[in-house]
Amino acid sequence: MPKYEAVVILMQQSFNDVTMLFPQSISEEQLQNIPATKPFADDTVAFLHALSQELNKDPLVRSFPDVATFAFFCRRANILQIKERYSNDDLIRLGRGIAFHIAPSNVPVNFAYSLLCGLLSGNVNVVRVPSKDFEQVSIISKAIARIAPAHQECASRIVLIRYERTSQATSAFSALCDVRIIWGGDETIAQIRKSAIPARSFDVCFADRYSVCAINAANYISDNKYEALAQGFYNDTYLFDQNACTAPHLVLWIGSESDVAKAKTLFWSALHAIVKQKYGAVQPVIAVDKLTALYNQAVQNEGVHQVSTEDNLLWRVAIDELQPRIEDFRCSSGYFTEYNATALDDLKKVINRKYQTLAYYGFDKSELTEFVLSSGLKGIDRIVPIGRTTDFSVVWDGYDLLYSLTRVCSIL
Amino acid sequence: MEITEILDIPPYSLNKTEKTKLLSSYLTNLSRHHYEHCVPYKKMMDSVGFDSGRDFHYSELPFLPVRLFKMFELRSVAKEEVVKTMTSSGTSGQAVSRIFLDKETSSTQTRTLTKIVSSFIGTQRVPMIILDSETVVKDRNLFSARGAGILGFSMFGSKRMYALNENMELNVEQLQAFVEQYKGERIFMFGFTFMVYQHFYKELVRLGIKLDLSNAVLIHGGGWKKLISEAVTSDVFRKKLHDVCGIQHVYDYYGMVEQTGTIYMECECGHLHAPVFSDVIIRRAHDFSIADVGEKGIIQVLSILPKSYPGHSLLTEDEGILLGEDDCACGRLGKYFKIVGRLKNAEIRGCSDTYATKF
Repeated sequence: MPKYEAVVILMQQSFNDVTMLFPQSISEEQLQNIPATKPFADDTVAFLHALSQELNKDPLVRSFPDVATFAFFCRRANILQIKERYSNDDLIRLGRGIAFHIAPSNVPVNFAYSLLCGLLSGNVNVVRVPSKDFEQVSIISKAIARIAPAHQECASRIVLIRYERTSQATSAFSALCDVRIIWGGDETIAQIRKSAIPARSFDVCFADRYSVCAINAANYISDNKYEALAQGFYNDTYLFDQNACTAPHLVLWIGSESDVAKAKTLFWSALHAIVKQKYGAVQPVIAVDKLTALYNQAVQNEGVHQVSTEDNLLWRVAIDELQPRIEDFRCSSGYFTEYNATALDDLKKVINRKYQTLAYYGFDKSELTEFVLSSGLKGIDRIVPIGRTTDFSVVWDGYDLLYSLTRVCSIL
Repeated sequence: MEITEILDIPPYSLNKTEKTKLLSSYLTNLSRHHYEHCVPYKKMMDSVGFDSGRDFHYSELPFLPVRLFKMFELRSVAKEEVVKTMTSSGTSGQAVSRIFLDKETSSTQTRTLTKIVSSFIGTQRVPMIILDSETVVKDRNLFSARGAGILGFSMFGSKRMYALNENMELNVEQLQAFVEQYKGERIFMFGFTFMVYQHFYKELVRLGIKLDLSNAVLIHGGGWKKLISEAVTSDVFRKKLHDVCGIQHVYDYYGMVEQTGTIYMECECGHLHAPVFSDVIIRRAHDFSIADVGEKGIIQVLSILPKSYPGHSLLTEDEGILLGEDDCACGRLGKYFKIVGRLKNAEIRGCSDTYATKF
């Protein structure tokens, strides 16, 4: 087919500006000839387990908790547990073929989870890793390369590449993929969608999302877990510069005025202590961004007050009223809007389909279930305790990634 | 003190104590003025708890990031009062700053620029070579930073010639004739740093032509961003120009469309100087506290001129270093400093950068 010939040429050309992280080289023909597998294929599970062990051997991993978490996720026990959840599915499933993953540029390890889903569902995976040179990416891709010789079949279903936006590679791989997974938000999605995919292929897109946090002030005070929670909240936010879709931007305080006042002081000072110790210096442009964000918010909404903090690492903005479109006023790297609420129900005023994660502390499951069921919310796909917003799950953003990446064959 | 009285003060004649007193009272009043006349500004000030009744040291006054002028229409006069809208030169598709000038602010800008520049080149009008193309200023409805710069400096010229044609090519013959005609007289040259380098210096080198401009004074501005990649520093720039045209007086300046008029001129020692009418404060990114002498930080600029728009206290997206105050070897009082460059990853703005991106 002439179309494919064109792709081959395009790919050969584009290899000039594409860095192969794994394997060293690949041709389109090779890619097309690798068969898809069934979900949770034995060689895949064995490969992931080996990857987990290989990563744990790497002393560098200790300084990257996100890589350690990924390694933990890849353990055979965990994978089999996930498999177990699908055991009631008696349909005949196979990977769709070539899955082309475009990983987000702001979360170093996300590409690995995307790959994991692609492998577990039985696909051949071409993964574009972040163009930024994250050390986590290098640690994981090198570990894959080391175990590949002993796991040739599964490793043949992995291609890790890096290229700049200007490259033609997106068009080339889009033209031959069976499914395309686009992380990175609205703008990236719009950009990537300019490259056509074959008629039967489709996109799984992760759009811009906004996340919030709700804290029951009285329980927060009485439980006395200030430091652990601050650490958890730090991981939820600062670990990815408050730039991941899961990172809360709005903090809702629920309780009496005096409890809330006390809880706020405890919470933010515990967080600030950790930020000061772990986060590093404030980038000048971020300091300017935060001030710009505050003034923008103040012009467009009523009752916006900066709460003075010690430095530009942590910014707090109190609002007198929860107004719709509060999600427009976010900033990265430690800019929090907070509101004193009477009940979780207040969230109804702002939540729309852009809302993804609700991080919480001090509520029990029945309260949360009741809230979700009674409120008829358009958004919020996950409700997780503070500290666990970035925990990966194969059900993400309302998609079951494993099912989405397979095709069903019916036999009568 | 009225602004007209302040503008009569020689630009580099007040020491720290005198200047602080003057700026604190004038700029506090300007903050109040904008608080009362610009609703978005009032909202911003309310969000940081600004007390309009209090007297401030000028370093305590809130500052607005310059980006806000791209996001909002910020003015402290009625629409009908606006006589000029200045825009920053952004790349196409990028939001541009819009600065609204009424008659008064526009005229104080011109007066101030005259005061500052004439303290360097004298009050007499002299033949002027503009190292740019006339097309930039032809459309007077569009006051781009580049056009405004040229027009602002043009008032120092008795006879003016544009050295570049509409294709940005050097009019060599005309230029040679002009230099010949005013031989022995002081000639004033003006242009944007990158343009001067790209279309004047390089072209003369390419053609192997030397001009005698030993009597000329060149004032140039717009930033070094595009020249850094060619490893052209301020010293190299001066030397290279001297090599092709014998020029001895070359002054860089730092300024921005958001505070037209109060520019920061480079002195004979290569330092940028704050005049009486404006000041710079170098702030730490960590907490916006004031940086020490010699310490790099974000540049805040304050100017007494912006009355029709709330631009009297601004946080730029540039980094700089304060070198000293009242003790520059050139004898000028006030702060002197240097520019380090744009904040990393900041939006691309600046006078000649739009043009330079084509190269």
